[in-house]
Amino acid sequence: MALLEIDNIHTYYGNIHALKGVTISVDKGEIVTLVGANGAGKSTTLNTICGILKPRHGEIRLNGESLNTLKPHEIVAKGISQAPEGRRIFSRLTVMENLEMGAYTRSDRNGIAQDLERVFSIFPRLKERARQVGGTLSGGEQQMLAIARALMARPRVLLLDEPSMGLAPILVQEIFSIIREINQQGTTILLVEQNVNMALQIAQRGYVLETGRVVLQGSAKELRENPEVRAVYLGETRH
Amino acid sequence: MNLLSVVRAGIRSGLIVGVIAIFIVLIGMVQTFAKRYLTGEITLGMVILLAFGLVAGVLAARQVAKSSPRLGHKVLAAAISGLITGVMLAALLLVVSQVSLRDVLVNATPEMVAALSFGLPLSGAAVMLMGMSVATAVIAVLYGLVPPRLRRALLEGIMAVILIGLFWEAIIGLDVSRLVMNFLGVKAGKVLPLPGGIGLLGVVSLVTYLLRMRPRPETAVVRQRHRTAWRYVSLVLIAGAMAALPFAVGLFWSQTLTTIGLFTLMGLGLNIVVGMAGLLDLGYVAFYAIGAYAMALFSSPASSLGLGLPFWVALPIALVFAAISGILLGIPVLRLRGDYLAIVTLGFGEIIRVLALSDVLKPYIGGPQGIMETPPPYFFGTQLSDPRYLYYLILAACLVVVFISLRLNDSRIGRAWIAVREDEDVAQAMGINLVAAKLMAFAIGASFAGVGGAIFAARQGAIFPMDFTLFVSINVLCLIIIGGMGSIPGVITGAFFLIGLPEVLREVDEYRILAYGAGLVIMMLVRPEGLIPSARRRLELREEEAEEGVADVAR
Repeated sequence: MALLEIDNIHTYYGNIHALKGVTISVDKGEIVTLVGANGAGKSTTLNTICGILKPRHGEIRLNGESLNTLKPHEIVAKGISQAPEGRRIFSRLTVMENLEMGAYTRSDRNGIAQDLERVFSIFPRLKERARQVGGTLSGGEQQMLAIARALMARPRVLLLDEPSMGLAPILVQEIFSIIREINQQGTTILLVEQNVNMALQIAQRGYVLETGRVVLQGSAKELRENPEVRAVYLGETRH
Repeated sequence: MNLLSVVRAGIRSGLIVGVIAIFIVLIGMVQTFAKRYLTGEITLGMVILLAFGLVAGVLAARQVAKSSPRLGHKVLAAAISGLITGVMLAALLLVVSQVSLRDVLVNATPEMVAALSFGLPLSGAAVMLMGMSVATAVIAVLYGLVPPRLRRALLEGIMAVILIGLFWEAIIGLDVSRLVMNFLGVKAGKVLPLPGGIGLLGVVSLVTYLLRMRPRPETAVVRQRHRTAWRYVSLVLIAGAMAALPFAVGLFWSQTLTTIGLFTLMGLGLNIVVGMAGLLDLGYVAFYAIGAYAMALFSSPASSLGLGLPFWVALPIALVFAAISGILLGIPVLRLRGDYLAIVTLGFGEIIRVLALSDVLKPYIGGPQGIMETPPPYFFGTQLSDPRYLYYLILAACLVVVFISLRLNDSRIGRAWIAVREDEDVAQAMGINLVAAKLMAFAIGASFAGVGGAIFAARQGAIFPMDFTLFVSINVLCLIIIGGMGSIPGVITGAFFLIGLPEVLREVDEYRILAYGAGLVIMMLVRPEGLIPSARRRLELREEEAEEGVADVAR
């Protein structure tokens, strides 16, 4: 049984049928990526997992337990946390306070202190800036803070929504190698990306979403070699 | 920078200040304030007239300073600016003295002419206004050349004279001052005498000047120890002063202090809702009214319930009623943000007042006649109807609420409120229960106001719907904005300024709303974080100056 199962979900924005039966599964310890163009339904899928949107049909299960009836804050407590699209750090709070806010659902003092150490060892730059206000960080540092904040919940599944958005290529490299490192330390990751090339390099498996449906799925290698994917997402011309 | 643009800057700022000056004169502020003597023959009205020239000079000099550092240019611009302001004032004087404008401008009376002309003949007065305006404008610029320490000392001396002069009558009326004066065998007049004023200016300036000379402790450790010791001493002093206050200042001021205390209670409550959780509530008076009506209903034998419960039994009932109504208001507005929330809460405040006035509820809560015969609180058999005793009750309530606010500030729920204020969606993604956090803020904020209202009812003895107008909400909101949003000392300071000052300065009372408006605008321009901002707020609005603030917040 997979750790996170998204089973044939249909999500609506009013009358707009945004997700038309999406099925995804994420195994423990994996990086699974969800790629697709703008408006394909990637962020909608993530928001449905988080409970901010409710599916009209279908079910989301964590370790076999249904999350459908839970409120967003209860889902966080179950062990799913996300670094939202556009980073959305608390720009007027300090870096330290942002991290503490990430651990809001937890009350194990020692565990939190440990995770703080861990996060600072992954992102040494955040440690240097611990007392600085979030809004004064650079874009890349803000993305690091958003990921670190999500990690502070000690999630069983970490959802990352477009961590490469708006970053210079060199920073994208850095962020992705950090994501891989976090995964190697044992965190399961569901990664939503438009930068298909980078995403497929670090993921084990991937799903391609188009207008609310999964149109392709498979191992990262298969997807990288798929001519359709190469043409549409990796920008190669068809021969 | 050429001379032409200097002249232009002078003319522009002169015109701006001139228009403001004419407006202030025409609303009758100068003539009203001319009745208020500061020291000797100098009135508050004269100070305002002098201030026009000062402002004109400073404004012009600032504009010129952007592009030219030359003193000559600044002085020239200031002189021109002052001259124009003076000419406009003189023109106003001549027009008002010759033509009767009273049909349109009710304040354009001979009294205004007298206040503007200082008893001089018209032509002399016009020249005098112009000369005075130019002189003060130039002085304002030259004052910038004085060494900063002396400048600040003199400024503090002048402020002291104005403050003490303003409150002279009140000060000599105090029980303490009467005792001191009897002891010294002096008799004080109603106005601070001019030699006294000059002496005060000299002494205060000298003392503040000398205080600044004292070298600061060298190392951080010494300063730290110095600070904690000083902290304890000042805490004890403040506690002693607060305990002795009502008997030192007498009945009238004690009454004022209780009003300040009630508004502090409300301010601290609204501070939680608006300052911490970021939920803009414009109908906050509703909870004050509900607390007051609950107290009156349960404790007055003349109410429809006729229970006549003692104050201490009715107080928790009032608190619970207010808290529940806070939650009831909270539920429908959970999804609203910002402006929409403000509008709905504004409506809620009015609904409660209209309900209290309505005929439908008249049999129960008395309609416009309100509820009479609310008994004063008793404390171990002592009746607390004297404001001097009531002061202690309100002080105790304030201390409890301050303590709760401080604890909440650092608590889990406090953090949750901050997260909700900063970004609702992300707060939810952090695992914060949005519904619970918001309702909690509404309930706690409302219960503080409910306690305030309950004490208010017991103090007044009778309550009417008239006591709970929108203006109360506006007062409370203004005092937390001016004091410093999210800051507990700020709320208290704000209550003293906005509630205490108009009570003592009756002249100001007439221009209260104008002063609020002007005060808010000036605050937003000059000090948007409030008089005594919280460390966090200072951090947000004054990034570069707040290095210490970083350490305070992050700890």
